[in-house]
Amino acid sequence: MADRGALGRGALGRRARVRYRTEHGGFVGRRGPLDNPTNGGASYTRRMSLAVPSPGAVTTEVVLDRARELVAARRLDDAALRRWVHGLPGVDEVGADARAAALSTRSIKAASKAWALDLAVRMVDLTTLEGADTPGTVRTLCAKGLRPDPDDPACPPVAAICVYNDLVGVAREALGDSGIQVAAVTTAFPSGRASLAVKLADTTDAVLAGADEVDMVIDRGAFLSGRYAQVFEQIVAVREVCQQGVAAFGRPAHLKVILETGELAGYDQVRRASWLAMLAGADFIKTSTGKVSPAATLPVTLIMLEAVRDWFALTGEVIGVKPAGGIRTAKDALRHLVTVHETAGPDWLDPARFRFGASSLLNDLLRQRRRLRTGVYAGADYLTAS
Amino acid sequence: MTPTANARSTGGAGRAGARIDVRKTYKLAIGGAFPRSESARTYTVSDARGRFLANAAQASRKDARDAVSAASKALAGWSGATAYNRGQVLYRVAEVMEGRHAQFTDEVARAEGLTAARARATVDAAIDRWVWYAGWADKLAQVAGAANPVAGPYFNLSLPEPTGVVAILAPQASSLLGLVSVIAPVIVSGNTCVVVASQTRPLPAITLAEVLATSDVPGGVVNTLTGFTAELAPWLASHEDVAAIDLAGAAELGWADLEAAAAQTLTRVVRPGEGSDGAGDTEIGWAARPPGPHRALAFTETKTVWHPKGR
Repeated sequence: MADRGALGRGALGRRARVRYRTEHGGFVGRRGPLDNPTNGGASYTRRMSLAVPSPGAVTTEVVLDRARELVAARRLDDAALRRWVHGLPGVDEVGADARAAALSTRSIKAASKAWALDLAVRMVDLTTLEGADTPGTVRTLCAKGLRPDPDDPACPPVAAICVYNDLVGVAREALGDSGIQVAAVTTAFPSGRASLAVKLADTTDAVLAGADEVDMVIDRGAFLSGRYAQVFEQIVAVREVCQQGVAAFGRPAHLKVILETGELAGYDQVRRASWLAMLAGADFIKTSTGKVSPAATLPVTLIMLEAVRDWFALTGEVIGVKPAGGIRTAKDALRHLVTVHETAGPDWLDPARFRFGASSLLNDLLRQRRRLRTGVYAGADYLTAS
Repeated sequence: MTPTANARSTGGAGRAGARIDVRKTYKLAIGGAFPRSESARTYTVSDARGRFLANAAQASRKDARDAVSAASKALAGWSGATAYNRGQVLYRVAEVMEGRHAQFTDEVARAEGLTAARARATVDAAIDRWVWYAGWADKLAQVAGAANPVAGPYFNLSLPEPTGVVAILAPQASSLLGLVSVIAPVIVSGNTCVVVASQTRPLPAITLAEVLATSDVPGGVVNTLTGFTAELAPWLASHEDVAAIDLAGAAELGWADLEAAAAQTLTRVVRPGEGSDGAGDTEIGWAARPPGPHRALAFTETKTVWHPKGR
């Protein structure tokens, strides 16, 4: 692929990189994983765990300081952020599509497939975001997430249950101490068209109700009209609200930032939005709300994976990626996992770093698991509705 | 084949303006589309005297799986259509078959080694058979349904309803009449199906698939596979999404194993020889008109509803 990501093109300015490196203990090499093909995945995980405090425990001041260093500006205004995100190299659209298509043709054979299907189940954020959601449907979904295939005790649970914020309490209670996270969509999801005060109140509700993860949407209107500072500040503000989880539950809520790539008009914009969200302190970047078409596509996920890979090489900080919406088949999920492996590296094949936002995907994964286990093609009638 | 080679084979080489044959690629019919086998395999189809006719697609288990998915997807729409509408659509199929009469006659004659007159009569019978079943669309419930007397102040109705996705192993000898005699009764009640065409005589089945694709039958209602029956049948019999299997063309196979595999997933089974009037899988065996809609009713479930009387 012609496009080699954002590193090594001077996107961030040599000065910023050098200064960042001296202040944070020298874990950022000028040579990223791209420049050095022998640099295996395992080595940078260890460096990361030395260098970066546990995710979310970083205060807003640290995030802002780091942003000022990376952007190399004293004020994080529209002009500075614009200069920075527009300094990122453009995405080779044809190259990205071709790369994604090439990765889709990989054939995964039985043993690897069994492993990958289980991994994919563990990565699912089982989602219900309907106006008609009731406490009953949410409890049903939680039961499904805890034991996706009741016929098979070896089937792992999903990563999280994703609901609207008024149903967080119901999900929290249903999941107990199972270790499955509760994710809440906030900030006037899915449009994000509300004042900052409303968005923050929305998030506060979710965090205090016990949400482990917060899925916020960026203000696409502001992003598309170039008001990058507004987008940035809103993410920082929501992130600060997520820190209230420390006082209430002893851990900050994990922040996922939804870019809604279907509305961003172009892969260049996806890359810019990804970097902007990471700069503002996102723990995860997420493709879509699932309410807009096109939702998650493989090239978009690829570009976002490149962004987190390059961000890791630059800062040593691990950011997760969550494609959401439109991934309905196990085949699609496996293609995404191949892309994760080939783009961000095997370290990202972990529910802490990669998730699928999905509802119907889970049943197809279970069908393929059953197919491998029983040797016959599995039918929809043998699984619970999701 | 290069154009030159093809021209030479038809004796046109060197003559300016000689026409080059346009040969037909016989493919599968899945979900309203005509794909090649995902395995890219083909096999040679010969006529009754062993001369080359065409290369047909040799479907794999994954094609069978895709066909079942397509049939499952089409089930809600087709079974939800009114019986009257299904009857109209099926009658339309007969009309379009009539328009392809000459092509069917030619294919049946070559596949089965019949004289032109016999082949014509067979195609006539196949079209008539289709019309006969089309007529049953809005009559099945009237004939097989019932208003049951019950000991209580209730009214109680039983109705035949489609069972779901039906796998059909089409008769091996009777390539068109036999095929029509097993497809029509399955889809008339609202089932969708995956048909494995006669292994040695698959070409009329593909032509029938083209007729179905151009006559208002929604894509996915009839999915046609060509290939080796013994290879595909176990995957269809054991598939959890297949609700019933018609073993008409499995007389020569170890169909007891297929029945056992089907039982594992509670799949209804119609055994070879059932419904072909005792004459076996031959043109004559399938020529006799069935005495009633028994074959159609074999692929239905009876639903009984109760409701209060007099209010």
